[in-house]
Amino acid sequence: MPRVVRRERLVPNIHLLEVEAPEIARKCLPGQFVIVMPDAHGERIPLTIADWDRERGTVTSVFMAVGTTTRKLALLKAGDTVPIFAGPLGRPSEIGSVGTVLCAGGCFGIAAIHPLARAFKAAGNRVVILVDVKADYLLYWRDKLEAIADEFVVSSRDGLYGGTDFVPRHVRDILAREKVDRIVAVGCTYLMSSIAEATRPSGVRTMVCLNPIMVDGTGMCGACRVTVDGQTKFACVDGPDFDGHLVDWAELYARRKSYFDDEVRSLCAWEEERFP
Amino acid sequence: MSDQDTISPSLAAQVLAEFEKDWRKELRRSMPVKERMKGGRRPMPQRAPGERNKDFAEVNLGLGAEEAVAEARRCLDCAKPGCIAGCPVRIDIPSFVKLVEKGEFAAAAAKVREANSLPAVCGRVCPQESQCEEKCALRKATGVAVGIGNLERFVSDYERREGGAVVSDLPPSTGRKVAVVGAGPSGMTVAGELARAGHRVTIFEALHDAGGVLVYGIPEFRLPKSILVAEISYLRRLGVEFRMNFIVGKTATIDDLRADGYEVFFIGSGAGLPNFMKVPGENLVGVYSANEYLTRVNLMRAYDFPRYDTPVFPGRRAAVIGGGNVAIDSVRTAKRLGAERALIIYRRSRVEMPARVEEVHHAEEEGIEFHFLTVPTRYIGDEHGRVKAMECLRMELGEPDASGRRRPVPVPGSEFTAEVDLVVVAIGQSPNPLIPQTTPGLKVGKWGTIDVDWETMATSLPGVYAGGDIARGGATVILAMGDARTAAAAMDRRLKQGSAG
Repeated sequence: MPRVVRRERLVPNIHLLEVEAPEIARKCLPGQFVIVMPDAHGERIPLTIADWDRERGTVTSVFMAVGTTTRKLALLKAGDTVPIFAGPLGRPSEIGSVGTVLCAGGCFGIAAIHPLARAFKAAGNRVVILVDVKADYLLYWRDKLEAIADEFVVSSRDGLYGGTDFVPRHVRDILAREKVDRIVAVGCTYLMSSIAEATRPSGVRTMVCLNPIMVDGTGMCGACRVTVDGQTKFACVDGPDFDGHLVDWAELYARRKSYFDDEVRSLCAWEEERFP
Repeated sequence: MSDQDTISPSLAAQVLAEFEKDWRKELRRSMPVKERMKGGRRPMPQRAPGERNKDFAEVNLGLGAEEAVAEARRCLDCAKPGCIAGCPVRIDIPSFVKLVEKGEFAAAAAKVREANSLPAVCGRVCPQESQCEEKCALRKATGVAVGIGNLERFVSDYERREGGAVVSDLPPSTGRKVAVVGAGPSGMTVAGELARAGHRVTIFEALHDAGGVLVYGIPEFRLPKSILVAEISYLRRLGVEFRMNFIVGKTATIDDLRADGYEVFFIGSGAGLPNFMKVPGENLVGVYSANEYLTRVNLMRAYDFPRYDTPVFPGRRAAVIGGGNVAIDSVRTAKRLGAERALIIYRRSRVEMPARVEEVHHAEEEGIEFHFLTVPTRYIGDEHGRVKAMECLRMELGEPDASGRRRPVPVPGSEFTAEVDLVVVAIGQSPNPLIPQTTPGLKVGKWGTIDVDWETMATSLPGVYAGGDIARGGATVILAMGDARTAAAAMDRRLKQGSAG
């Protein structure tokens, strides 16, 4: 079984998981994900690949501890094993030399945006990185991202980074200030949909990395179906990247919340069992 | 595709040699044909419908030894048996049945295993009524065939209770590396055959449990997981290596595996891409593909939520769209998860249903409602995007279509609305495109199936074979296993020729 090399809390509730997975490390590309199951009773969930080391044969993901699965993952220690760490799944993001690229990430997406920004930079683009945090102490990987970015912008709601506005305002400001040729957004559904709405008037191509509920992650079940430009797509094999201006966001919100009550029940049952 | 009506001359000669053995002659003489034809089939003991439709324990309990022997006595031991040609893997059925009659259950099980590496599975899930039992002389004479499937199940269950299939006389290892893609019925069969021929076989499986459709699709109440575990343990004892959570095409391509020293390949990746009807509202919360619904319940064990973390909607009024085995499995699952009403919505009539007769019968006993000649045209959601009703249209049967079945045509003005809170779409699957997409040069047919030479199951790429649903586009476990036997023989020949040259 795949062995955990490192698991650490980056900021409250956000954790890094580095796993020994030489085959995945050899193959993975920006925008792809892995399917992870924390234990034999667990659920299969997709996690975006945030980094990899092809020589050491490790793959890194960053996730937020919210439900049972992610809380189980957050308790892993180096040397533990996970029964499932499968991938790399999904189509890699389209990376090209387009000019100026705005890479926006929030929450776990601050890490997930990292390989995209790195690839766009390597392809010769000017890269602006915009990260969204609820408060200053929730910012992580600043050094890693600043090393890549031509410009690094933090959107925070507590004012420490010079503003109390939400991320769409920053996006609009950047678009008003300079010509942007591509926007990529990774994070919660709210972050991605609000960025897509902010860029819709300008028509700048805005790619979003969707994270619907998945089971197998290989196209077998269709749990992850999303409507894009009126067509049903499977995020796991047709995506996860789609044109944010064509996504049916209302449907995605509803499908993301499919099991809200069950998720709470599952978490309560697990907490009772583990912390009686 | 192998010819359904004839068996090869070499097999016919073997069958005849068995037929002419002294013990068989004696057994035939021991009871007159008239006596054998008296009385009907020994019924399969099963749990009461009102009890079994509330849990996931197996419905059928299996014949006892006495009943099995009595059932085996019904077999007339024909000089020219039709049943063997009716079996896609060509089990020497009379020989194993007569061993049961003689009380030699272990030998009977070994006889079945010569041709079938998953007998406990096939004894439970094969559509015998349209295969071996359809060709049975007793059926032609009396209307009721020998219960061949029930006997196959009996001998394999006996074998498992006695400690499992014996691994003996493995040839020395050839050291030749074989890669099998997918641990489903065809992949497991190829692996078993080639391991027994002395090759080094690795099965690459995308999911975390082996079995393919047998583990994610077919429910516990029809095929208990413990049976699959025993079959997998047999393969491991034969030396087959399993690489789980390995997605060929993603984790490594066929070309990568070739570079790692694998010489021949079998692709048995199945029909893992669910079809939808493309009607409005199909993406509402509460509308599932059968693959997702069954995978949640079977593979992820959602029936035991929250002990297992994966949830599934219980559904109060469940509608399952389709008329095949997958639809019947889904609707019986919904009933077991507590649905007050569980409906089958099928666009044709009862006689056209492709599901196994026994399953339809069991479903009716369990309180499943069948609505024939009906199609959904639209799903209606509530304010949370959750399905609350479906709009349907009545059909009538018109002229026969390409499948020979009468084509359903809509009855104008017959729309009606039904209240539902769970919908499972079970209208079929398409071949999984992952491997064709990532394997340059692999020829694919119109429906996404991999093109094969049906005599050998060879694909357009040298050393690469395919079978089961990825080549057929959606068939049965046993047809997949028949493909696998054909492929394994060709792969073995190729490896042996290779080593000679």
